[in-house]
Order: sequence, then structure tokens, then C-alpha cells
Amino acid sequence: MQLFLPIADIPVNVFLILAMGAAVGFVSGMFGVGGGFLMTPLLIFIGISPAVAVASVSSHMAASSFSGALSYWRKRAIDPALAMVLLCGGVLGTALGVWVFALLRSVGQLDLIIALSYVILLTAVGTLMFMEGLRAMLRARRGGTVITRRPRAQSWILGLPLKMRFKRSKIYLSVIPIIAIGLLIGFLGAIMGIGGSFLLIPIMIYILRVPTSTVIGTAMILTLVTMVIATFLHAVTNHLVDAVLALVLMIGGVIGAQFGARAGQRIRGEHLRLLLGLLILSVGIRFAVELVIQPQELYSIRELGGGG
Amino acid sequence: MTAKAFLAALLIAFATMKPASAENLIVSVSNHRITVTPNYSGEELVLFGSIERGGKSLPEGTSYDIVVTVSGPRGDVVTRRKERKLGVWVNVDSREFIQVPGYLGIFANRPIDNIASPDTQRRQQVGLASFSLPQRMGPDIANVVASDPFRSAFVRLRTEHGLYREQTSAVTFLTPTLFRTGIPLPAEVPIGTYDIDIKLFANGAFVARTDTAFDIVKVGFEQFVANAARYHGFLYGLATALMAIMTGWLASVIFRRD
Repeated sequence: MQLFLPIADIPVNVFLILAMGAAVGFVSGMFGVGGGFLMTPLLIFIGISPAVAVASVSSHMAASSFSGALSYWRKRAIDPALAMVLLCGGVLGTALGVWVFALLRSVGQLDLIIALSYVILLTAVGTLMFMEGLRAMLRARRGGTVITRRPRAQSWILGLPLKMRFKRSKIYLSVIPIIAIGLLIGFLGAIMGIGGSFLLIPIMIYILRVPTSTVIGTAMILTLVTMVIATFLHAVTNHLVDAVLALVLMIGGVIGAQFGARAGQRIRGEHLRLLLGLLILSVGIRFAVELVIQPQELYSIRELGGGG
Repeated sequence: MTAKAFLAALLIAFATMKPASAENLIVSVSNHRITVTPNYSGEELVLFGSIERGGKSLPEGTSYDIVVTVSGPRGDVVTRRKERKLGVWVNVDSREFIQVPGYLGIFANRPIDNIASPDTQRRQQVGLASFSLPQRMGPDIANVVASDPFRSAFVRLRTEHGLYREQTSAVTFLTPTLFRTGIPLPAEVPIGTYDIDIKLFANGAFVARTDTAFDIVKVGFEQFVANAARYHGFLYGLATALMAIMTGWLASVIFRRD
């Protein structure tokens, strides 16, 4: 069944988009990440312009993180104070990201920056995750015990002023690094169409030493709010959010996520990290190849302003 | 020159320029208002025309040529070219085309080169190669030759989408003075007013012209969404964000496991 996407301005097969939403939803449910880093590239690969893909995926991310956040809220696995501080940076970062997005688009370099950001971020994070998963797997095979102690935050972070006590996470930290992290994730999310939890969760665990009991739920709040704001701002400034596309993606996504979550519980943690690392890495490589090989069409055209 | 002589000269000039009973073109399109619905997959509009001959017309048996130029709503378009920089393909150079039509169809009964000399083609702006597609050149706006790489890339890309086309066998003569042509309109046609310019040639010279127009309007849910996104960004953004939250909430209700 063909469906005409009003903003992307191309006809697509509804079942293809539904299946893509479901597949990404499955992966995100399995790994506990939003999946924007997969959804945006997939849309770009089927011919939707990167700008529309990024803007539309942000609303898809808002939907999936809201249902996730509700369930974590019920389990009391969200640290509201930590989420609020993260959001201070996140909201600002998102606004900044949308502004830079519009700026890049007007000078014709948006597609390049999106592709480059994906290459850099995904290959780096993918490699790190893959290596880490591999090491953990080897350690487990050798029969060594997996270290589960939770070290305190990095020493330089402990030295920063403006400290605050986060009761539910049982940490005592300066708000400066937390706001900075929120800012970075919000900014990247608006430009790349990702929720950023695949970045945020490791940062919160390894740098801020947030306990695993609250990390995912709290990260989800940041994703939710930044993506809602990103959707809104992309719609207002760039007119690029395709609501029809987003709705089909959401429906596919929430269904896929249910099955993914069940599948994820059956796989061991280190295997999961290894697989996720591999997945992220391959998307990054795909983007790199796209940039380096000579494109079939060197020219591109774009209408300016409000059209006719 | 006295006022009387000037008036006489003007009258003579007017009379020779527009002979009262030379060829006259009468045309009509099959539909003046085309409605594009969501399942619209392209349509063909038909234009019929008749060449009315008068007393001062060219001799009986003259073979006429018709060139029909259909141009859609105009807008500015930027064309960019990628080049390899540090091993990566990057948009480097760009040209801005000013007020160029979103749809351009040129239909004739035989190749434009056989209808008129290159000079006449340029003067009358007949044929895709002669159509004026002005570019911004620093502070000025100027037309460029058809072989300009940006211009030819722009025309090629639009042609690939079926938006620009030159069909030199589309016009058919039903009788020596009665003709018709199909105007194909692909699914991607922009909405707005389309001008049809019909020019009559005989023996390589321009004889007469006329024009008409039609409108393309889109209806349906998709168009509603597109309009909302473009003209009511604030409300559209709010609605989309709300839709996302509602979908998320619904999903958590339906699939609640705890």
C-alpha cells in the first residue's frame, strides 16, 4: 500500500515503514536504547532527505521514550532531581541544536554534517562498546568474576563546586558536569535525530557513577523532554516534521519494542553489548562509505523559501 | 513631426504589426482546474487548438508549426555541486536560479530546430534550451547559455522527476489547422497556476500567439498536513508533539506488563 508522505514529498510503502519501525523498536527494546541512531539512517537510506528524517524521528523518539518513562516511573527507577538538572542543559542544548541545524541547512552543508557526525560518533561508540563487550565475554569465559563494585565519580569531577545531593541515586555531585552532559546530548539529538541514550547511559555510568537502578529511567526523561522540544522547534523553524511518517514509525516502534524487551531478557549482558556495539559500528561504516565513494549524481537542487 | 503625422505613422505601424485578418489562434484545455487527490499518480491534460485563417493569411496550404510552453508556479531554486575535499564528497559550489518555473513542459509538432532558426528560438524563447532560467550572478541576475553546467544539471534533475520536459512530437495536427497536444502532469507537480503559451510558426517565422491557463489544487489529508506544517508551524509542532506523547501513553497502557 503506497502512502504519500506530505513533508518528505515522496510516496513510500506503508508496510516498509511499519516494518522498519518495528525492527528498530525491537532493537531498542532489546538493548534499552531509543534507536534513533538506527531509525534516522534507515530513513536516509530509503531516500528520505536527512533533514526530514532527523526532524521526524525526533517525534518518534518522544513517543517511545514516553511509554518507557511511564513504566520506569512506576518502578520508581527515575531520579527526579538528577533529571531536572540534566534537563537544564538538555533544553538549552536542543534549542541550540535546532538553530545550528537551520543554519547548516541554509548554507547547504546539513547533509554532510549529519553524515559526518554519524561516522565519527557511531564508529567511536561502536568500537568502544564492541571492545568492552568482547573483554567482558572473554573474562567471563576464563571464569573470572565480573567486577560489580561501583567506584566513586572521577576525581576531577568531585573537585567541582556547586555540589548537590541526589537522594534516589545516592550520589553527591557538582551540577556543572551534569548540565554540560545534558547540553551535549540535547545538541547532538537535535542535529542527528537521536535520543542519545546510547551515549548518555555510558557517560552517566562511567563518568558520573550513577547507579544502574536509576540510570536508564533518568536518561529516558532527558530523551523525552529534549525530543518533544526538538519536534516542536523543528516544526516551527524548519517545517520539516512529517507527522504521517512519524505516526507510522511510532506504531511500528512501540509494537517492535515489546518483543525486543522480551528477547533482551534472554541474552546475557556482555553479549548484548557486543551485538549493540557491532550494530552501531556497522551503521557508522555505512555512512563513511557513502561519504567516500563518488556519488552518482554530483548535483542537487533545493527550493528556497515558501515555494510558489 | 507634427502630431497628425505621428498619429498616422503610429496607425500604420499598428496596422502592419497586427494585421486584422491574419492567423488567429483559438485554444482550449480539457480542464481548467485539476484536483490532485492523495492517490493521484499523474494525469494528462489535453489542449485543443484551431488556427483561424483570415484574408491576409499566408497562402493556402502553408504548413504550420505549433510550440506549446506550459510553465508552472515560479520559485527560487539553489543548485549545488559536490566535489571531493579531503577524501570526502562535499557540496562546494552552488548557483541560485531566480523565479524559475516548478513545471516546464514544451510540446511541439516537430523538433524545435526544424521549426525556427536558433536566432528566432532565442528571441521567441521556444524550446527548453532557449527558455530563460536566470541565475544570480553576484549582485546581478542574468540568463546563461544552455551548456552552463549548473543550468544543464538543474534541467536534468527536474527532467528526471518529470517536471521539465521537451516533447517535439506531442502536438498532432488533426486537420491542417486543427491541433491537439497532451500535457502530462506527474504526481509531484507543484500546486498553483500554470500558464500555457501557444506560438504559431510558419516557414521558420513567428506568426501568432495566444495564451491560457489552468490551476492545480491538491486536496485530501496529505495536503492538509503539508499546509499545516508550512503555514501553521507552531500549532503543527504542538499537535505533533502531543501525538507523540499520546502514542507513547497508549503503548504503555496496551502493553503494560507490571
